Amino acid sequence: MADTIAAAIAANRFGLGARPGEIERIAADPRGALRAQLTGAAPLLVDANLPASADVIEREVQLRMERKEFKQRIAGEVPNDAPNDAATQAALQKLPALLRPIYIDDAVARVRSGVATERPMLERLVHFWSNHFAVSVDKQAVLGIAGAFEREAIRPHVLGSFQDLLLAVEQHPAMLLYLDNAQSVGPNSDAARKLSRRGFGFSAPRQKIGINENLAREILELHTLGVNGGYTQADVTEFAKVISGWSIGGGQGRLRGGEPGRYYFREALHEPGTRHLLGRSYRESGYQQGVAVLQDLAALPETAQHLATKLCRHFIADEPPQTAVDRVARVFLATSGDLPSVYRALIDAPEAWSEPLSKYKTPSDYIYSSWRALQLPVPDGPKAIAPFELLGQRNFSPGSPAGWPDRAADWDGSASLLKRLEWADQVSQRIGTRVAAAELAPQALGATLSNHTRVAIARAESGTQALTLLMASPEFMRR
Amino acid sequence: MTHITRRRFLSQGAAGAGALAAASLTGGALWTTRLAFGAPGSGADGRVVFIIMRGALDGLCAVPPYGDSAYASLREALAVPPPGAAGGGLKLDNLFALHPSLAFMHECFAGGELAVLHAAATPYRERSHFDGQDVLESGVLLPHASESGWLNRALALKDARSASLGIALGANVPLVMRGPAEVASWSPSKLAGLSEDTLQRVADLYSTNPTLSQRLADALASDAIATAGQSQSNEMMAAPAPAVAGDQAGAGAGAGAGAGAQRGGAARYLETVRAMASFLRRDDGPRVAVMETTGWDTHANEGGAQGQLAQRLAALDAGLREFRAALGPAWRNTAVLLATEFGRTAATNGTRGTDHGTGSAAFVVGGAVAGGRVLADWPGLGARALYEGRDLRPTLDLRSPMKALLHAQLGISDRELNAVVFPDSEGAKRLDGLIRA
Repeated sequence: MADTIAAAIAANRFGLGARPGEIERIAADPRGALRAQLTGAAPLLVDANLPASADVIEREVQLRMERKEFKQRIAGEVPNDAPNDAATQAALQKLPALLRPIYIDDAVARVRSGVATERPMLERLVHFWSNHFAVSVDKQAVLGIAGAFEREAIRPHVLGSFQDLLLAVEQHPAMLLYLDNAQSVGPNSDAARKLSRRGFGFSAPRQKIGINENLAREILELHTLGVNGGYTQADVTEFAKVISGWSIGGGQGRLRGGEPGRYYFREALHEPGTRHLLGRSYRESGYQQGVAVLQDLAALPETAQHLATKLCRHFIADEPPQTAVDRVARVFLATSGDLPSVYRALIDAPEAWSEPLSKYKTPSDYIYSSWRALQLPVPDGPKAIAPFELLGQRNFSPGSPAGWPDRAADWDGSASLLKRLEWADQVSQRIGTRVAAAELAPQALGATLSNHTRVAIARAESGTQALTLLMASPEFMRR
Repeated sequence: MTHITRRRFLSQGAAGAGALAAASLTGGALWTTRLAFGAPGSGADGRVVFIIMRGALDGLCAVPPYGDSAYASLREALAVPPPGAAGGGLKLDNLFALHPSLAFMHECFAGGELAVLHAAATPYRERSHFDGQDVLESGVLLPHASESGWLNRALALKDARSASLGIALGANVPLVMRGPAEVASWSPSKLAGLSEDTLQRVADLYSTNPTLSQRLADALASDAIATAGQSQSNEMMAAPAPAVAGDQAGAGAGAGAGAGAQRGGAARYLETVRAMASFLRRDDGPRVAVMETTGWDTHANEGGAQGQLAQRLAALDAGLREFRAALGPAWRNTAVLLATEFGRTAATNGTRGTDHGTGSAAFVVGGAVAGGRVLADWPGLGARALYEGRDLRPTLDLRSPMKALLHAQLGISDRELNAVVFPDSEGAKRLDGLIRA
């Protein structure tokens, strides 16, 4: 017998929102339909127009060099970026002029992929992991490569092992730049001993060089163990030394060497010696020392517990039942972090199916589910991504390395609700009567459609208003 | 059916809560219940504003202790020069200066309306932003131990007595304002409003859903006030807004992407503080507002007297100046607390920035403040004085000034402060005399 409540959960909570026909198609076996998405090729996003991160960085470095020379020529050493005339302004604008269109193209491609995909659970998982390993275009160095980060480091590994995903992410230039590791220097490294007090790399002379512990801390706190994962400040500092030298190729001066714009281990920046953290010793082995720590982190029970909690929060409920979390964590450990096995444990969790509409949609969920339900062609260029910014979730732009939050209380503010309603109304006005809300409602919401909403839609004064009411309904606000 | 837009309808109605209630639509309940922010003249006039500085503000840059002999060597190129030197700080006393970007704050200090707090921290002693912010906002000792925030719990106490409410400037409500008291949020919208009829139908659609029903009513009430306030404010603000070094906004918002400076920049602050003022200056408006600022996490290329952090401070300072102007006479009764989750390392790191630390600076500014003072039990920056050998040692519990604000501005008793608002805070005594008697 068809299970349309489960089908609605599969399409709307595990997926990105039902398209017309989707719920009916999967109703015979909603769990099976989800499991089927987990086989086959990785959900790559292939588009010849989207540049590789290495190419973007190479062009960016070139432009930064030109800008620096220009500024030195006109004003000697200028300590800040204050533009002082039209020529300077134009020179400064070259960088955003390069990066912003790339950002837009990547964001639009991502949106299109989410609206069109036939494997919506996988696309949701791509978004989940991108958010778990958050980088943000709030930092200009990330603006042109945030999309590439997702394409290059996340998508190929979403159906692989967590360890491979972790290694890919922490070596991606976007992460090394976002969390400031690219120029972190061990205090006893060759570079530090030779160059201390003499000037170094990209920057002004006579500056101090040393460790930056930002990436090391966030790997422990956010990417693996979790904040209660039992590490100390000493572990953070040791780990920062381990990954000193994890950098990007193609810099200037002492940052010469390596393939431009690609991960490059700079032996000269690496802190030599055996490191002790989390109760283990890691002998000096250059690049391999960091790999060894990451491999160990990926296999620790604290990591399993942290990831299982976040996954269950995303797919089951804001406060996920501990029984489900423990089960998912056990599968993670038993399979050495085999992600499809972990996802199957989520699908198999009875807790995921007992309560429909357990999650309040984020703005992003709201937009994807609207566009998928209405089968709207995604507009071109900035128009495709403007709604995300209007509703409070700009693409590739979480406010912090912790990523976007994942609980209703973070998203259900009164102003936030009003913006959704206004946007929904605007979309409805554009569609007019081309879509019949009364027919669409059961296709979008399945058996979660309430009689109250059905009646309100039926009694609307126009087709446009009926669509607005469908998108405004309590059940469409949730997944 | 006539199509009066919601904004127009409500802004006409918003001349007074009573008028608006009387003019409410057929559904009635939607607009009558939540608009009365407080009966006019029904209690204290004190206003409390909390500006959260997310990301860990570098207190040693914002309020450089130029008189500490260890300061210049710890900070190297990032040191703010002493008062009188080129690009030097703005003198507060013989030990402390304000960052040169904080010109308005310095005027307030001179006028006795700014108290500077230093070596201050919450009880949190680890270095996670997210846990640190959680403690800063929840007002309890441990991260993620409370679902409500200290300002909301204070409001809930106040609420029972005078039906006063709070407002969060932003689309959603941050933890500090979540809890038993109903709190609205407001942020500017670029979208057109819904028709009166559609709104009413949505309200009916939500009649069986108390949460959505409440959110919708709050949103409409806030929007009405902000809309009415903005038009008033625009007339008042004939003078051009101050130029701000950090304002790089306007570079194609439609493109939807830019550097952090743009989003954290001055233009957004100005719009937000004008709205905040339009809420707070009303006699029957909310008494407590929260605004969030970001971009203080300066791990690399932080700058000193000039640079990234300097630009952010300048934007913040301009925002405060605008806030005072837009607030008008209510400034006299207002106290604004600016605080961050923790400070940054005393020494610079390897990438011309600073890493996560412990003690930082905080500010209490406004007409109600007994200012012109730096309140600090200065621990010093010598190697042995530093907390864990790396951070400014905290000697002032941020809950002390928080208590002072709530006590003087909202009339929350010490018993309530200790039992409800800040449990387990007996060690953090209310900072007496922070607010004018």
